[in-house]
Amino acid sequence: MSPSVPLQEMIRAIRSARTQCEERGVIQRECAAIRAQFRQADNGGRSHNLAKLLYVHMLGYPAHFGQMECVRMIASPRYSEKRVGYLGAMMLLDEKQDASLLITNSIKNDLSNSNQYIQSLALCTLACMGSAEMCRDLAPEIDRLLRASNSYIKKKAALCAVHIVRKVHDLGELFTKAARSLLTEKNHGVVHGAVVLITELCERNSETLERFRKTVPDLVQIMKGLVISGYSPDHDVAGISDPFLQVRILRLLRILGRNNEAASDAMNDLLAQVATNTDSTKTVGNAVLYETVLTVLDIKSESGLRVLAVNILGRFLLNNDRNIRYIAMTSLQKIVGTDHNAVQRHRGTIVDCLKDQDASVKRRALELSLALVSASNIRSMMKELLSFLSSCPPELRSQTASGIFNAAERYAPSQRWHIDTILHVLTTAGGDVRDETVPNLIQLITNTSELHCYTVHKLYRALLSDISQQPLVQVACWCIGEYGDLLLTGECQETEPVQVTEDYVLDVLETVLQSHMSSPSTRGFALTATMKLSTRITENVDRIRSIVSIYGSCIDVELQQRAVEYNALFKKYDHMRAAVLERMPVIEKNSQGHTNGETIKESQTVKVKPGEPQQPANQVCDLLDLLGGSEQPLQPSPALGSAAPPIPVSAPNTVGGDLLDLLGGLEPTPITPVATVTVYEKDGVTVTLSCEKQSDSGLTVTLTASNSTESDIRGFTLQAAVPKSVQLHMKAPSGDSLPARGTAKVTQMVVLNNPNKVNLKMRLRISYTSQGSAVQDTVQIDSFPGLGQ
Amino acid sequence: MQFMLLFSRQGKLRLQKWYVPLSDKEKKKITRELVQTVLARKPKMCSFLEWRDLKIVYKRYASLYFCCAIEDQDNELITLEIIHRYVELLDKYFGSVCELDIIFNFEKAYFILDEFLLGGEAQETSKKNVLKAIEQADLSYFSFSRGWI
Repeated sequence: MSPSVPLQEMIRAIRSARTQCEERGVIQRECAAIRAQFRQADNGGRSHNLAKLLYVHMLGYPAHFGQMECVRMIASPRYSEKRVGYLGAMMLLDEKQDASLLITNSIKNDLSNSNQYIQSLALCTLACMGSAEMCRDLAPEIDRLLRASNSYIKKKAALCAVHIVRKVHDLGELFTKAARSLLTEKNHGVVHGAVVLITELCERNSETLERFRKTVPDLVQIMKGLVISGYSPDHDVAGISDPFLQVRILRLLRILGRNNEAASDAMNDLLAQVATNTDSTKTVGNAVLYETVLTVLDIKSESGLRVLAVNILGRFLLNNDRNIRYIAMTSLQKIVGTDHNAVQRHRGTIVDCLKDQDASVKRRALELSLALVSASNIRSMMKELLSFLSSCPPELRSQTASGIFNAAERYAPSQRWHIDTILHVLTTAGGDVRDETVPNLIQLITNTSELHCYTVHKLYRALLSDISQQPLVQVACWCIGEYGDLLLTGECQETEPVQVTEDYVLDVLETVLQSHMSSPSTRGFALTATMKLSTRITENVDRIRSIVSIYGSCIDVELQQRAVEYNALFKKYDHMRAAVLERMPVIEKNSQGHTNGETIKESQTVKVKPGEPQQPANQVCDLLDLLGGSEQPLQPSPALGSAAPPIPVSAPNTVGGDLLDLLGGLEPTPITPVATVTVYEKDGVTVTLSCEKQSDSGLTVTLTASNSTESDIRGFTLQAAVPKSVQLHMKAPSGDSLPARGTAKVTQMVVLNNPNKVNLKMRLRISYTSQGSAVQDTVQIDSFPGLGQ
Repeated sequence: MQFMLLFSRQGKLRLQKWYVPLSDKEKKKITRELVQTVLARKPKMCSFLEWRDLKIVYKRYASLYFCCAIEDQDNELITLEIIHRYVELLDKYFGSVCELDIIFNFEKAYFILDEFLLGGEAQETSKKNVLKAIEQADLSYFSFSRGWI
């Protein structure tokens, strides 16, 4: 075996290796030598060998064969060997290794050694990697040391006790008394250890917390001593006397004063004193001030003191040091709910921080700014937020966009401003907005009827310049489809008039249809918009007809279906075209959370033969587990939802509604008094749904099935599935056969409980036998009539 | 404190002190990810970042990054002071410390750290006392009856 080289030689050799391979070679040789040395008898160089192994371990190489050597070294009587042995134990043995148990006895012996440095090694190791079992075994020893030893050992024993309590909560009781008496010691290290221990005990156990409240006056006394006393060279850091101890005491006071008037009163003066007297030019002073502020804001402090604390945070905001600004904003975020006005005063500075270079600071500033938006400052704040949106880092964009939308919704000073803001966001960050933005915006637009002209003009112009932002394009297409006539008349009070001919409009829509940047759902919007224009324009109807028929052979199934249906509308149902494509009535405000457009809210229906929402073939929906079970909240297809705005609440005469499926006849249904919606209709089998709210989270849904074909249907069953957190209970159906020609119906009640108020969806599987063949179908219900979610 | 890492600008680990029980594999993974994250930060950026559910406080001294992971209730600014205190201790002990000192005398760096922090908390707040204790402990190597042990 090659002779073992001293530690430093080996390190030099490893560092001089020029390649990874060379390095590995050196290390393998060394490890082999070390292994050999371990097997030999004691030769005086054991500590060096272990040290070399530890170095190799730090480089990332395996060193588990050194574990037993650590155990042996710890048991050695030589200090040098013990020291390295304990170091090895802390690095190689963690509580999950079996070998760690073997050192318990050595630790126990060393805890009573006459050499305090050996005692210290044992305490350090126990506090670093002691397992729960080891802690239980050695806790009485630690308690003994807490009471009767010198301050060097006492301070270490206190922190060792902290580790023990973290590992085995029950042992906290054991140390309570000793901790209390340690507070009276003079040695700063011991007091610091005691404070940490008491903090740990109080955090774990509320009874202990109650008992330690009595120490508040003592703690206040100690703090006063530190703050007022003159320069003490031993503990001074930049003019602050023992900042580490000050910070820990403040933290303990915070825990003791929380929710307790008496304790909070007792510390009031002290906190005021610390807050005003601490020098804030250096980080260390600011560290103490920071802890003070956290304490003041968490206990039951006087209002004057709170104002003082918030002002300190305000000063922090103006500090040149970026760290301090970050800390300030983190703290302000915690109190923006409770002390809103105080934080508002610093709004200017916070908004300036939006322009900071550092991403963490920007994020904090964004969160705070959004929390500070109110009715009075909405215009100026929105200006800042919008300019931030155009320059912010990509990871913050979607948060900013959502924040802007929320703020706009709550505090918009006018409709026009609201629409402008949303349009601005869509043009700047269209790719990062959430899916429900499109239907929300569409609904907002239809609600502001006086601005239809303005809106469509603006959107048209936006579309001319850029068709890459999908949400914007979708909204624009929809509006052009709806309000194209307003666009063509050319006049509009709010914006400059622009001459738009029918050809231009159709050009734009065609560009969207053909562009490779348009997503399938966007193209769906564009196609439907083109179709709608056929009733709003006068001259170019043929052009529309040709566009529609071209897409009748489009590869995309969704587009093809639409085109085919529109074609049918032109050919067979031309007399109904005007009525079908009439202007949409005002949409009622629906719940949020419906993704991508398909908000079928209905109360009355005029059956436009809506059929079932066809899942196109390219869908990746899993039709599984319909046996009253749970399933993931469903992802409706993007292609599905886009062009179908919610069916209107009133207006029993309009045939407007789901423009998706116009196959077959248009049969008006009798208007039922209870809000019912048809959820399935195919091959003569119809299923309607009505629901009734029973309680805050409970809902009873009634499904009614009928059969309008010429033959009877047997074995009719309905199965339902709902999102995970919703509870479902299907009652027994009234029967399972549907006689022909709708002479009798089958009803089934389903009781739902939605305690978490998640977005309620239901998937229904319909199975039956008709004329000898089995039929099975599935339909998804996304919204329930009469349900204000 | 949950752990402290010292690493060079090339990402080489010079010291690692773990105060929470983790497997070797987990430690390696955390080290790798954290080193990457910290090294990607630009020079003038904030010393604090949020990583997983921990707060990371780091500071660069010459060619070494000192990186600590603290818990939610811990004070970030005082952690910066703790890092600074440790650097001062190394400086006093080695006499104008540089990275090479820590590489070649890594076990001493650990001994000094263990005299300053215990179980993740500061045990001695006086610089003088820490240095004195290390000096005395070093002398323990020498026993008058048996020579250097």
